Amino acid sequence: MSLKRMSLVAATALAGLVVTGTANAGATFDAVKKKGFLQCGVTTGLPGFSAPDEKGNWTGIDVDTCRAVAAALFGDAQKVKFTPLNAKERFTALQSGEIDMLSRNTTWTYTRDTSLGLNFAGVNYYDGQGFMVSKKLGVKSAKELSGAAICIQAGTTTELNLADYFRANKMEYTAITYDTSEETIKGFEAGRCDVLTSDQSQLYALRIKLPKPDDAVVLPEVISKEPLGPVVRQGDDEWFNLVRWSLYAQLNAEELGVTSKNIDEMAKGTDPNVKRLLGGEGVAGSFLGVDDKWAYNIVKQVGNYGEMFERNVGQSSPLKISRGLNALWSKGGIQYAPPVR
Amino acid sequence: MSGTETVGNAPAKPKLTRDPKVRALVFQILAVLTVIAFFVYIVHNTLLNMEQRGISTGFGFLDRASGFAILQSLVPYSETSSYGRTFLVGLLNTILVSVLGIFFATLIGFLVGVLRLSKNWLVNRLAMVYIEIFRNIPLLLQIVFWYFAVAFNLPSPRQSLAFGEAVFLNNRGMYVPAPVFGEGFSMTVAAFVAAAIGVVFLVRWARRRFEATGQTFHTVYASLALLLGLPLLVFLVTGAPLHWDVPELKGFNFRGGLTIIPELFALTLALSIYTAAFIAETVRSGIQAVSHGQTEAASALGLSHARTLRLVIIPQAMRVIIPPLTSQYLNLTKNSSLAVAIGYPDLVAVFAGTTLNQTGQAVEIIAITMAVYLTLSLSISLFMNWYNAKMALRER
Repeated sequence: MSLKRMSLVAATALAGLVVTGTANAGATFDAVKKKGFLQCGVTTGLPGFSAPDEKGNWTGIDVDTCRAVAAALFGDAQKVKFTPLNAKERFTALQSGEIDMLSRNTTWTYTRDTSLGLNFAGVNYYDGQGFMVSKKLGVKSAKELSGAAICIQAGTTTELNLADYFRANKMEYTAITYDTSEETIKGFEAGRCDVLTSDQSQLYALRIKLPKPDDAVVLPEVISKEPLGPVVRQGDDEWFNLVRWSLYAQLNAEELGVTSKNIDEMAKGTDPNVKRLLGGEGVAGSFLGVDDKWAYNIVKQVGNYGEMFERNVGQSSPLKISRGLNALWSKGGIQYAPPVR
Repeated sequence: MSGTETVGNAPAKPKLTRDPKVRALVFQILAVLTVIAFFVYIVHNTLLNMEQRGISTGFGFLDRASGFAILQSLVPYSETSSYGRTFLVGLLNTILVSVLGIFFATLIGFLVGVLRLSKNWLVNRLAMVYIEIFRNIPLLLQIVFWYFAVAFNLPSPRQSLAFGEAVFLNNRGMYVPAPVFGEGFSMTVAAFVAAAIGVVFLVRWARRRFEATGQTFHTVYASLALLLGLPLLVFLVTGAPLHWDVPELKGFNFRGGLTIIPELFALTLALSIYTAAFIAETVRSGIQAVSHGQTEAASALGLSHARTLRLVIIPQAMRVIIPPLTSQYLNLTKNSSLAVAIGYPDLVAVFAGTTLNQTGQAVEIIAITMAVYLTLSLSISLFMNWYNAKMALRER
């Protein structure tokens, strides 16, 4: 063993000692705790994901992902401030430290994960890109779209997937690239383009913004994988862990049947899995640098993953998106969280 | 008396540290070094921080394939082209809209500026209303208005407004026939160039003759005849090697021909109309700066109203007009970056927008973009300064 490697091992061991002792946290973790609230980057307004309601409160699945982190860290899901960002601003805002985490239906890709100095902490929505067309065009499949004018939002993976799909199928198209989703839907509405392409969840969300939502149809083809999830800066693993496990706590709660309504009852029960999740029996919240009640606070205040989904984008929302891929692994979907143990 | 007196008369050479020239030089060098050191520190610090955060740096990304489409391109471009190419496409689109904007703004501006001085009450009030409305509404709103309120309300492709069977207008743009140059068309181009050179010599000859003999020559008509006649003759002789690619409705859209996209239309219109309002005021002030005595002197000499304007007023007014006109041209070029609001693929939208987001290399891309605008602006300034020097009053 070379001297260099030995000193590395020694340093790691020392670091390990310190971590197990006090859960010494990284820069972001400490800074957020000290300022007393979480600064979270969201969209400028996408129903179901992050949009302010008529009272000015932010709601949506991405918003709730932020709230879960606040609930775990502060025991209060309201201690979040939101920064609306467009697609182009989001990574710079996170890199520069303007926000502590980004939860803005952002697709997890190789380039973004490796070259931007960022880490994706999980997937809160499995999405795929689709097409929306006006009903009166009579188009049934995306394969019939050759020659179409297509409205699209700038700076997204959507732009690249679209180009790939049309190239692979040897079709032509004209891309009209707008800066925000509002402009994109306006362009579609005015007939500047025949087709609007985006992640399917967004298509449903944008469709309800049309004056007559029924005049537009979403085509069946899904042309890409779009795992959307929260993003943090590299270099603070404690913070990364907290964001990741806040999401996993919600998934585990759904799997165990714990909801915001029955949580107090469930906590009194005997299931050791539930007891570990909610009360820290056998596992301690201090591993994450937070209170033992961290998962309890998340589920009590924000709800489990299923509740969050149904409330924001599912059947009890105007979007009415079915669970599909986002169902739990045990129910035919691919949402799967490692156990709390 | 053997040489000592010369020492007494010459001023004593000061010490090096007291010599004003040396001191000035030293301090200037120090100042420059401080500035350089500051920038070196900034660049080094940025690079170090980015490396520590795992953010990739450098200009290697310019060679990678872009993978996205661009609405309007003046050079061949496809999804397989590099990011360097997207830069070029964006740059050319910015230059296109700036040149068109400057052209139309100057045209409208001079017209309105002159009308503003009209003795006809209605005409001069209309010009005033134009100026006051368009220079007092924020440009962004005007762009959005021309795009979302005007261009979008044109009919859809299937109900296009047709002008003849060749030009179509709808909410996807204006479709005009595109010229397709056949073999031998270059001869016509060559003939045109030859005619243009001929006109230069003709004008020089006419002036020399006028100065020598006082006889005038109808250069305008002769030049026009030469410029149009010679290329036309060659064109017909070579067998008219040109046909038109007429757009027609196929599937969703019109295919073939040239498309003027509504984004370009709206942006050019908004930029021209807005800047023209400022140019009109500049022109008015320039003309009013020429003293009335000049006009009176011209009419005393018997010059007609038109010749007074052309030979006496405008040349003197230009000296006042050109410097503020330069600022307006610079403003227009920089304002063209508002294109991003309506999806016109200019440099900011394509390069500082999509490319930045796909590569994540904000520092490099923003630096390049700023350098480009700086270069464009300085080029316009240099050109206008040259023109200004040419038009300046020559004192003999």
